[in-house]
Amino acid sequence: MDKTQYLVKQEPFYQAQGKEVALYEAAYAAKLPVMVKGPTGCGKSRFVEYMAWKLQRPLITVACNEDMTASDLVGRYLLEANGTRWLDGPLTTAARIGAICYLDEIVEARQDTTVVIHPLTDHRRVLPLDKKGELVEAHPDFQLVISYNPGYQSLMKDLKQSTKQRFTAFDFDYPAPELETLILTKETGLAEGTAAKLVKIGQVGRNLKGHGLDEGISTRLLVYAATLIKRGVDAQDACRMALVRPITDDADIRATLDHAIDTTFV
Amino acid sequence: MTTGIRTVADARQRAFEHPQVQDYWKAVDCGFAQVADVFEECIYDALTSLHKDEMAAYVEAARLLGKLGRGAEPMLVFLQEWPSVAQSVGPGALEPVVLFIKAMQKSPNGKAITPFLQTLAAVARRLQSAEQIENYLDVARELMVRTTGSIHGHHSTFPSPGLPHLFEQAPFLLNLLPLGGLKNWVDYGIRNYSHHPERQEEYFGLKLADSKAVMQRERRGTLFADVERQLDLYLRALWQDGDQLVPYSTAFDELRKPIPYFDSRGLRVPDVFEDAGQIGGIDRYRAVLAHMVGHRKWSTPQIADNWSPFQRMAVEFFEDCRIETLLCRAYPGLRRIFLALHPKPVEEACDPATTSCLRHRLAMLSRAFLDAAHGYRDAELNLVVARFHALLQDGPSNTAEMASLALAYVAKTRRQSDQLAKVHFDDTVIDYRDDNRHLWQFIEDSDDEDFFDDPDKKLAKESEIVGLPPRHYPEWDHHTKTYRPDWTSVYEALHPSGNPADIDKLLEKHAALAKQLKRLLDLLKPQDKVRIRYQEEGSELDLDVALRALVDFKGGATPDPRINMSHRTDGRNIAVMLLVDQSESLHQKVGAGETAQSILELSQEAVSLLAWAIDRLGDPLAIAGFHSNTRHEVRYQHIKGFSERWDDTVKARVAAMDAGYSTRMGAALRHAGHYLGARKADKRILLVLTDGEPADIDVTDPEHLRADTKKAVEELDTKGITTFCLSLDPKADEYVREIFGNRFRVLDRIERLPEQLPMLYLSLTK
Ligand SMILES: Nc1ncnc2c1ncn2[C@@H]1O[C@H](COP(=O)(O)OP(=O)(O)O)[C@@H](O)[C@H]1O
Ligand SMILES: [Mg+2]
Repeated sequence: MDKTQYLVKQEPFYQAQGKEVALYEAAYAAKLPVMVKGPTGCGKSRFVEYMAWKLQRPLITVACNEDMTASDLVGRYLLEANGTRWLDGPLTTAARIGAICYLDEIVEARQDTTVVIHPLTDHRRVLPLDKKGELVEAHPDFQLVISYNPGYQSLMKDLKQSTKQRFTAFDFDYPAPELETLILTKETGLAEGTAAKLVKIGQVGRNLKGHGLDEGISTRLLVYAATLIKRGVDAQDACRMALVRPITDDADIRATLDHAIDTTFV
Repeated sequence: MTTGIRTVADARQRAFEHPQVQDYWKAVDCGFAQVADVFEECIYDALTSLHKDEMAAYVEAARLLGKLGRGAEPMLVFLQEWPSVAQSVGPGALEPVVLFIKAMQKSPNGKAITPFLQTLAAVARRLQSAEQIENYLDVARELMVRTTGSIHGHHSTFPSPGLPHLFEQAPFLLNLLPLGGLKNWVDYGIRNYSHHPERQEEYFGLKLADSKAVMQRERRGTLFADVERQLDLYLRALWQDGDQLVPYSTAFDELRKPIPYFDSRGLRVPDVFEDAGQIGGIDRYRAVLAHMVGHRKWSTPQIADNWSPFQRMAVEFFEDCRIETLLCRAYPGLRRIFLALHPKPVEEACDPATTSCLRHRLAMLSRAFLDAAHGYRDAELNLVVARFHALLQDGPSNTAEMASLALAYVAKTRRQSDQLAKVHFDDTVIDYRDDNRHLWQFIEDSDDEDFFDDPDKKLAKESEIVGLPPRHYPEWDHHTKTYRPDWTSVYEALHPSGNPADIDKLLEKHAALAKQLKRLLDLLKPQDKVRIRYQEEGSELDLDVALRALVDFKGGATPDPRINMSHRTDGRNIAVMLLVDQSESLHQKVGAGETAQSILELSQEAVSLLAWAIDRLGDPLAIAGFHSNTRHEVRYQHIKGFSERWDDTVKARVAAMDAGYSTRMGAALRHAGHYLGARKADKRILLVLTDGEPADIDVTDPEHLRADTKKAVEELDTKGITTFCLSLDPKADEYVREIFGNRFRVLDRIERLPEQLPMLYLSLTK
């Protein structure tokens, strides 16, 4: 197995919001499972990627979805011309090679799927492959990380208390204005002044959370808008396209956000 | 009551259970049985919007209406409608209304009193302030005075033909016109039809072509009522200000045109804005709001006693410009709007030999502060402009700095002629600025009266709790971070029953919605068997997939082994508990006119629809209501149990739902959790429907019950119960997140509750 294929080759740009880097390092040193909480597009995945790079550990990312089964995580037998062959799933691979396994948006997976991670998260650090009759002992470098957006307005999509209780957690939110501006400039090369204006629009949108908007405008969308502007798109058009149209169809809210855009970019 | 004619004496001697109601009944001194029948209900309704001392005035006005000699109707309508009027515009409108009724009674227009009262609540909801109501009365009075008895020179013997029609049409008209437009429309009718009684009736009944045409003509500009939500969103989104907006009318006070202002009751704005050049009405509103918000953010009151009116005026101009400079820093595009609305005084327009020019000088200065391209040559002006910008260069400066700059400028440019009576006004009025009343403090006659809430405002019905002994729950003390053990007593009782047919009627009313829900439900409804594809082990071969795998295999590729499918009965395994706030405030009315409903009625509809929907879906549902009267008496009323079906017994309980007392939410949550926690289900959801924050009369620290409720939610969470709050309080943001975390929704349009509650449930459990 070639571990290096899972290494993050280049340093990803990550702007720390607080002490999370040092805290993560401590959690990793103790091999504690980590949960990264926060709204969509606030930098959770970027953080994990950065930490994998910093710790020089392989990173195996699984984007969870509703159709995912336990076998998709653990592995399965495949048919071959002369019999069958076992193929490890990403979780098993990570446990064997000592990678960081990142289950992104874990609540998207069904609860009967998520329970397979439980034995890996307690002191046993094992993964039973029932079908294969094998008990994989996790490599000492293995770590489990999950991300989770508590803002989901579906109560069905929530983590079981018994799952939550197995993780240490980081509570992320959209970065403070100065930081978010910095992220936009470093990520896209956009001039600081323009970036600060985008961040301001983001803030305006976030003020309407709960008043017709389920979630505010994410950092990711701001990065999109910045990218468009950097490519020569008119700032007001870029904002409407990347920040307003995707998130709402409510005419009053659109008018309000449009006004904020018109009076911010002149 | 039995049928048959009751004598007058009967009604007067009607006995009421509650001694206070009995006192009021005595005070109205009324012999009408129709009034007696609804009196108690009216009083309870009134108590939700009126203070104790206001109650006396209310009852007195009712008494007066009973003595007009016009039967029971005026009094009946008044008793029923007034609480709702007071709700919209405050109790201060009572006095002018009573005066106006007396005037109608004295003239031959007494017949118009009932139509007047019938639409008053709807009118009040549209006008939203007592001042506006007075303006409305002025319009009606004008019509009355000018069209009464003037036919063929007779002496005040004929009532105004148009007046009752005006009252009937008023809600409709005010939906389309600002009050000023209504006034013009009425004036036109008076001018043209005061001598034709039939035509006049037709005009005011909106039956004549020109009465419609004139109405259309008056429909211009942006009506506050139509953009209120957008303005709310604007304040919230761009300025993080959630204050109340209160409209006033500009059409009445000719001498002193009202200008925007703000006080403890909210931000006051005109009821209509016409476009001004390229600036649309909505942007004029935004400019006004931005300016006021700026003051609230950056201005500090100054002691006014030692300054002359001129000096104060100058300080105001300077401070206004500082505020706008800061606003433009936040949103540079505002400058375009401000400049388009700001007059551009011509430099030599004012002759100091004959006229007081101070205003003119200040208005030029104001323009110059904001407009780099002002082009004024006056040296003193340019000097001050430079100083102004220097002060603001590295920060927001402050009101005191502006004041000294302004005073220096006034001193330096003072002229004898500033004292002249003739003042140059042209191009000096900046109409998006507020009146700056907040900027001044007068030490001399400060009247800091202390108001305090009378805790006895609400009548306490005598408690008639029968049933189980109380259960005690702890309450969280956020100061000491400890529980107060066994602090609350929760009494559980079976909810009283009413008529289940009422609920069926409600459901019929929502037939269309029910149809729509049914479609959604069918999608969500657990199919007995659900097919799960892509299984390695399963009960049946999935032919499509198997074939694909075979092809892969033959072609030398790795086949997908998940060629089976299996079935399972749907995994929807949810238990829901709906906890309904039944506190006093639910008596509040929402909506206008005929369609006005109390929050309680809307809650009943919503609960019925939800129960109906969940029953079809098959999720076990329990419903309970709660309210409290101190910690010793938290009442928890059982409406539906998990195992009860949505049938007539349950409907009867929903039909009898009533409201009273306060909202001790934490105790109710814990009690509900006690039942829900015992259910075996994958998902246990506690839905809370409330119109306000936790409160009770024995608690003065508003933070206390909030903190306790938050704690209760956390307790439930550790028990595996998910709590979700649907709040009907538009001001809920301040606390609801603190209590419920992300699990809440604030319903801005309460009238849509019946449709929203089931929809919310469906989307939450999708
Ligand atoms: N702290 C940060 N440092 C650098 N980039 C960030 C940061 N936060 C957000 N971003 C930007 O926002 C985008 C979305 O972040 P991502 O990590 O994918 O969000 P999430 O996983 O929370 O949904 C990233 O691609 C990156 O461009
Ligand atoms: Mg209440």
